[in-house]
Amino acid sequence: MEAFVTLVQVLDSTIRLATPLLLACLAGLYSERAGIFDIGLEGKMLMSAFFSAAVAAVTGSVWLGLLAGIGASLILSALHGVASITFRGNQLISGVAINFLASGMTVLVAQSWFQQGGRTPSLFGGGRFEPINFPFADAISGVPIVGPIYSELLSGHSILVYVAFLMVPLTWWILYRTRFGLRLRAVGENPAAVDTAGVSVVGLRFAAVAICGVLCGIAGAYLATALQAGFVKEMTAGRGFIALAALIFAKWRPWHAMGACLLFGLLQAVALRFQNIDLGGVVIPVQVMDALPYILTVVILAGFVGKAVPPRAGGEPYVKER
Amino acid sequence: MDKMPKWADVVLIPLISLVLAAILSALVILAIGENPIEAVNLMVTGALGSTYGWGYTLYYATNFMFTGLAVAVAFHARLFNIGGEGQAMLGGLGVAMVCLYIDWPHWSIALLAACVGSALFGAMWAAIPAYLQAKRGSHIVITTIMFNFIAAAFLNYMLVNVMRPQGSQDPATARFPETVHLPTFQSMFSTAENALFRGAPANISFFVALLACVAVWALIWRTRLGYEIRAYGHSETGAVYAGISPVRITIIAMLISGGLAGMMAINNVMGEAERLVLNSTEGAGFIGIAVALMGRSHPFGVFLAAILFGFLYQGGAELALWTSIPRELIVVIQALVILFTGALDNMVRMPLEKLFLSLRKGAQ
Repeated sequence: MEAFVTLVQVLDSTIRLATPLLLACLAGLYSERAGIFDIGLEGKMLMSAFFSAAVAAVTGSVWLGLLAGIGASLILSALHGVASITFRGNQLISGVAINFLASGMTVLVAQSWFQQGGRTPSLFGGGRFEPINFPFADAISGVPIVGPIYSELLSGHSILVYVAFLMVPLTWWILYRTRFGLRLRAVGENPAAVDTAGVSVVGLRFAAVAICGVLCGIAGAYLATALQAGFVKEMTAGRGFIALAALIFAKWRPWHAMGACLLFGLLQAVALRFQNIDLGGVVIPVQVMDALPYILTVVILAGFVGKAVPPRAGGEPYVKER
Repeated sequence: MDKMPKWADVVLIPLISLVLAAILSALVILAIGENPIEAVNLMVTGALGSTYGWGYTLYYATNFMFTGLAVAVAFHARLFNIGGEGQAMLGGLGVAMVCLYIDWPHWSIALLAACVGSALFGAMWAAIPAYLQAKRGSHIVITTIMFNFIAAAFLNYMLVNVMRPQGSQDPATARFPETVHLPTFQSMFSTAENALFRGAPANISFFVALLACVAVWALIWRTRLGYEIRAYGHSETGAVYAGISPVRITIIAMLISGGLAGMMAINNVMGEAERLVLNSTEGAGFIGIAVALMGRSHPFGVFLAAILFGFLYQGGAELALWTSIPRELIVVIQALVILFTGALDNMVRMPLEKLFLSLRKGAQ
């Protein structure tokens, strides 16, 4: 029974840790499916984490915080769009610049506003997203097996967790069942064809980059106002890159993205809880758990276990023929 | 016909980009309620006003020269090596092994061995992404990012579980023996009555970095291999037509790039810390990107850009010491430089090209 309780706890923490990865991963999915590589997911999340926590701390309203976070992330998205779509710059370099910009600006502004060494004041009450308890969660928590699963694993997360997981079917539906989704995928594979059909490549790509900004914004706000209570320097801790890894692992598909994010979330949860794992004499050091998402991604990229083929026009600026 | 004279491409565009980055940085400083002119004054006196300041500026510049050259060599083959950070970490491991596990009679031989060790380890860390790019078509940017994280975890494991001296809590190796300590600028240039560079970490590896600049220049513009690398970078199909193997060039360019990034460790690990600590690279691998972009991938440009960033780093540290502006200001400046010289290059270039075209028409 104790093993079961531990399992439920680890899975519960998996869901919590997978949420920001999933949001960022879906964000990257929209952008990259439209042909805009985005290695700036990390920076956008970080910027949003800071501004959501800062506004939530000042106003006491987590919803205003969320809006501010999304706004901040959208500004970086716009920058990425202007650099890589309008001025046809290198998308990867633009992403690198955005990561540094966020990493520097957040601390700079945090120090200037709060003077607490690059962090925001701790959030409490209305400044945080509270867990949502499902009906009867308390009543049936005593029931064996079903009880803990319902009341611990499914119930009791903040609203953003449910939003993140609902985004998966929604993204699938948008990509594969709407006209916008068809065009979005087409613009990432063959922008010239989309252009010939009389649809604006630039418009579609900006739309994709904007959706990416909104989702990264939610991811960052979740980190600072739900998972933790406030912003600390570099709090994204590479999650944007794990999300990128998950995106490749999932081969740019929404349901698989959820699977990959849950897997990487599980790795983080296990590493957090157990540190070094002793498997009957063979000790797996915690660093292996830390590195595993990246190692798995390299293996997938190498094409030894199924090949990950990115959208064909990814990373290429579109030049209209004259 | 070129749209612009060459001097405009090489000098004017980087300069305008730099000015734009500087103006925005000044606005940022204004926005957080400090005086940008005072800030620049502080930075200049702090970084260039004394031999002590210069000692730090040149120490940082040495790091950035190695990582900048690393990115630049890869750029010539149109490869974006974003993994300089990881390669430099592994270079540190190579230096630590050379210095700790072998008894050296004199620092000069140890330095040579450390150069080889660090370059080998750095190149080794670049080899797998290079192979995967060349043979399997895996995107080098993504794999090198992943390898940065794997390197951090690996180094963490090595320092915590393997190389940490017994009884020590600190995740770091033991101190290197006295015989492998490199001569610092202080010991090289000070005279009995006049102490220069006192306490500053600049050391003899600065000159190794200068040699590396010259060597890379010779390699890229004066050898057959360099020609092949540039040809491949300009046009892959053209290079294949000329009988240049893409696999060979990709792997060799990345090995050289990784080796250069790894060699940074002779400066920060062997020259300064004299032991290997966690996070010894302090992001220098990423600054290499800004340095290579700023320096237009030319070794002399990299040299100048590295000095500039060395100045920014030391100046930024002084700012953090004397004002309420945190050190992270330099990260913002670095981001703006990457943005303007890299991603927004066309924003500066397009109007300039138009200007030069209309000037030329006017002259005819």
